Amino acid sequence: MNALANTDGWTIITILGMALVTVVTRGFFFISSKTWTLPAWAERGLYYAPIAALAAVIVPEMVMTHGQFISTVKDARLYAVAVGLAWFYWRRGMFGTIVAGMAVYLPLHIGLGW
Amino acid sequence: MTTLFQHPEFRRGARDMSSVAPGIASWGLMTGVAMVKSGLSLPEALLMGLTVFAGSSQLAAIPLISAGAPMWVILATAFCVNLRFVVFSAHLRPYIMHQPLWRRMLSGYMTADLSYVLFTRRYPQPSSDPVVRQAQEAYWAGNSAVNWASWTIPGLLGIVLANAIPPAWGLGFAGILALLGVLCSLITDRLRAVSAGVAGAAAVAVFALPLKLNILVAIAAAVAVCMLLEKPKVAVVAKT
Repeated sequence: MNALANTDGWTIITILGMALVTVVTRGFFFISSKTWTLPAWAERGLYYAPIAALAAVIVPEMVMTHGQFISTVKDARLYAVAVGLAWFYWRRGMFGTIVAGMAVYLPLHIGLGW
Repeated sequence: MTTLFQHPEFRRGARDMSSVAPGIASWGLMTGVAMVKSGLSLPEALLMGLTVFAGSSQLAAIPLISAGAPMWVILATAFCVNLRFVVFSAHLRPYIMHQPLWRRMLSGYMTADLSYVLFTRRYPQPSSDPVVRQAQEAYWAGNSAVNWASWTIPGLLGIVLANAIPPAWGLGFAGILALLGVLCSLITDRLRAVSAGVAGAAAVAVFALPLKLNILVAIAAAVAVCMLLEKPKVAVVAKT
């Protein structure tokens, strides 16, 4: 197999190291079993963290291309997001949000190159 | 363990995650395609797809691996890209700490953006009541099982079918739409909407920061703004 010849031992170790990094970052504050609690202000602040994290992940993926804010309205993502939002507030379904958004996105993106 | 799978909350968790699974799946699929397209060998890509379970750090690491970057650079990059999960682990700690270490680390490994968000939406407060804890663990297990499967299996499929699926189609955008739906379901009060707005704008404004640190800065900015806007009377959080 050619594939095995192309496989590099260091890369394998690096990939396993990345899996370890996944565990260590995601379980970071689970490792020590010392008893401590977050200060009250931090606990209060975490109420806003989940939605902030989602917005921080997705908004750049909707309005930026190659690290630049888009300067055109001929972008399939804008219409897909609009239709996805409309579906969500009309029907409240996640599945429908994805399907309706993609039903607009794919023709515009593949068909028109937007 | 078997009681966990039979608990009604296991099915509830699985169902909540299933509704966004198509988005996760197409994202996973395109990540699989990207791994092969950017030059990982088949065994390397399969190993990464099976073990790393972190989309953004996979996508950040692949170009570095192909460019032959030193291992510590790649691992440090993976760490930084994952920093938001360190914040999530601080949030989830009171829910998790009664478990033995191996269970806690397994829970950590299974924490993805969506499992964190859906879990804290279902259970806004940790509990010391064993019955509630069991329900929380069952929900988490159902949630994580569907999330893991709907990310990993399409990822492996993407690796195998890499040459048949053109990345230019942009199928991965379904993942963004899935997160958008979840985001909307989280807008339960005005300040949460403010949080989303501030975080989104900040993430775009500081996008040029390396290592996806824009996400961390955006979360910090949104939380800070919301806490400043809060009325003092809501400052006391009920603890159980």
